[in-house]
Order: sequence, then structure tokens, then C-alpha cells
Amino acid sequence: MYGGGYIHQDPNQKPKSHLAEGEDPIRLAEFEARIAAGDKIEPRDWMPAEYRRQLIRMIEQHAHSEVIGSLPEGTWITRAPGFRRKMALMAKVQDEIGHAQLLYSAAETLGKPREQMINDLINGKSKYSNVFNYPAKTWADVAVIGFLIDAAAIVNQVANSKGSYGPYCRALERICYEESFHLKQGHDIFVFLATGTEVQKEMVQQALNRWWKPIMHFFGPSDKSSVHTETLMRWKVKMASNDDMRQQFLNMYVPKIREVGITIPDAELKKNPLTNEWEFGDPDWAEFYEVIKGNGPCNSERIAVRKWAEDHGRWVREALLKPSHRYTVPLA
Amino acid sequence: MKLNSLDPRVNRMELPDENPYTDQVLHTMEHWETYEVFHQKKRGTQHVHCGIVHAPNADMALLFAKEQFARRGETSNLWVVKTEHVMAVDYGDADIFETTPEKVYRDASGYKVMDRINEFKKKQNA
Repeated sequence: MYGGGYIHQDPNQKPKSHLAEGEDPIRLAEFEARIAAGDKIEPRDWMPAEYRRQLIRMIEQHAHSEVIGSLPEGTWITRAPGFRRKMALMAKVQDEIGHAQLLYSAAETLGKPREQMINDLINGKSKYSNVFNYPAKTWADVAVIGFLIDAAAIVNQVANSKGSYGPYCRALERICYEESFHLKQGHDIFVFLATGTEVQKEMVQQALNRWWKPIMHFFGPSDKSSVHTETLMRWKVKMASNDDMRQQFLNMYVPKIREVGITIPDAELKKNPLTNEWEFGDPDWAEFYEVIKGNGPCNSERIAVRKWAEDHGRWVREALLKPSHRYTVPLA
Repeated sequence: MKLNSLDPRVNRMELPDENPYTDQVLHTMEHWETYEVFHQKKRGTQHVHCGIVHAPNADMALLFAKEQFARRGETSNLWVVKTEHVMAVDYGDADIFETTPEKVYRDASGYKVMDRINEFKKKQNA
């Protein structure tokens, strides 16, 4: 899991120009030529300040999503039905935390220390995927998260792994490899419930009803006409528009949901035979923005739990810290 | 008011139900230094750089590296080295790797000795 396509942009902060004051247009041209040729940018290369800023924001948000995303699923480890499901869920949650570490490292190579990123998560300055501000009410929610949220994240991550920043691509390759297990185990639980007893089937249907809107929010609102997106796509920071990723997701997963007799709770969802595109009802974008602002059902809990963990781990970290320790920006 | 969660473990933390956002939680260096990690898949293969871990010492760096990069098997060995101890060439100095464009003289395929031998043999037999 878990990074969505949606990268939160503070509405009060206008997108900066491609070239900051004092930056050399010749170096910018060389930089853009390198990306156009399919070469990767490495940590100590020259890069425009705006490229660095956007990448830090994106990778950091992705890392936070992995950490916070493991909370709703982690809730169910103690109550997983049976030993095999418990082992698999523990492995998945451990992977997600591992992914967060890989991503924090990639962001660190751009010059923002990990402590600062976690502080910005806890002070609310940086965001994470909005879907994790919703609760996992039943075991079937674990199925829906593992199957569909992970599937959506894979669509985004596979695209981003072909981006221009070397450390992010390397982290994503490893992440995508592990995600394929997450998706399979999620699909397994989903199908098991959907083809089980009436009670199990109803439980997974109810879970999908709860999660469908957040899933449609996952890739963010339409951004095709955004100038901002254009630059990010030329720099291969963003690899596909939110709409394209959402369409790709619907193409792949609507049939997989329907084939086991589960109904998608959107009467307007259908593929237009002329445009070959999925049309869908309004997934309530007003709610999406409200949840980003911090007013979702679990925003406070997620941050409070994270803060608790940092507060309670401090004595161990401090006991191990030596005055001689010096921070060096990681190499790759 | 205590925060009311679906998760009994969260309820046991007795978290206050108020705005949880706080300015600063972690201090600089609270996550220690970084170590670069090198992973060997099988005996007989090279150790390959695979990422970093934050750790207070080499022993814990190896422990974290095991959790982070060796949790799926397929590992025969790990190395860690402090990031600050790795010396690297600056990408900006990539021109140091530029040299004469033609390098066939360093390559086995650059030597066509059989042509000459065959010619020599032909002359001998003539």
C-alpha cells in the first residue's frame, strides 16, 4: 500500500515557478533533457528547488500513508479469524511499516530528516492518504482494504516507479513486489467471504458500501486541466493523471468485484461504450475535502496514536543516543 | 473525555479526545545516524547495496537491516556501514569517467589473431 495519486497542495500556497530566483536556465535545460532521455536523477545531482520540494512532499505523504494505513488493519490482528489469517495480516502490516521506512529514506536523500517528517505528520502540516481516516469496522473491512485499497495503490505505485527520481523508483520497485502478496491475500479474504454463507456475504457487501466512496476519492479529484500537473508530469514526478489512474483501476477491478456477486454501491457506475470510459456518480467531493481538513471519523485517533507511540518510545531512543552521533544525509 | 475507538488496544491507551496536533514531538537526532545496508542473496554472489536503516550502533543496524531487508528469506549475509564512512564521487564530476571513446584494445574481441594465423597457414601450404 498505500500512496494515492492525490497529493495534497495547501490551497493558500500558489504553485511556484519552475525556476527559483538565481537558478540557472542552462542547468534546468540539462536537467530536463536528462529526464526526457529516460535517465534517472540521483540525490546529489543539481535539481530545481521546485522539483525537490514537490518530491519531498509526495514521497513524505506516501510514507505517512504507509504508517497510518497500517493502523486500521493492525486493529484486526488480535481478532483475525484463525492462525493463517493472523500470520498473513501480521506480515502485511510489518511490510507496510517497512515500506514507510524505505520511503522516508528516499525522502531523506532530498534533505529532509526523518524526525522532521514525523513532526510534520503529528503537527498536521503533511497529509496522508485520506482513506485511512475511516474505521475498519468488521473483518470484511480488512478484506476490502487489502484487496481494493492495495490494488488502487499498486496502480499508482507501478506508474510512479517509472518516474525520474532514482531513490523513489528503487523503493517503489521493492514495494510493488511485496504489494502483490498484499493484494492476493486481500483478494483471498474478499472472495472467501463473498462466496461464503449469507452472513459472510452480507458482511463484505456492507464493508464495500462503506468503502466505495473513499476508494473513489483515493486517486483525488480530476486534475487533467491543471497546469501544475503538466510540469510535474514533464519532470516525471507525477506519471499519470488522477483520472487515468482511476479509470485503470475501475477497468481492472469492477469485474473482479462483480464476478463474486457483490454489488458496487453506485447506480450510475457504467462504462460508456462510445468513450470507453467509466462514468460514475458524484462520490461526494465535499466530504473528501472535509476529511482532509481533519474532520473525518478517525483523523484525531490516527494522529493521537502516532503521537503516543513516539512519546512512549522516546526513553528507549534517548538511552541509546550518544553525543558523538552525527547525522549524514543517506547516499541513495 | 477519553477518545473512543473501535480498537480496544487504543482505548487502553486512554488518549484524550481533543485536538491531537502538536508542534514538535521528535528532537533532532532522535532517530540516530544512518547506516548503508548491503545484502547478499546467495553464497557466491556479490553484496549489493539495498538501502539504509537508522540505528544507534552497528549491532542494532544489523538487527534492523535483518527486519527490513531479509524478512522474506533469500538472504545469506548482510553488511552495514555508517553513511558518513562512505566516500563517493560527485555526480557533477562524471567527466572523470570519460576517456578515449574507442576501447577495443581492452576487449578480447579487439584481437583477430585467427585471421593472421589462417593467412600464414595459407602461405605455408602454397
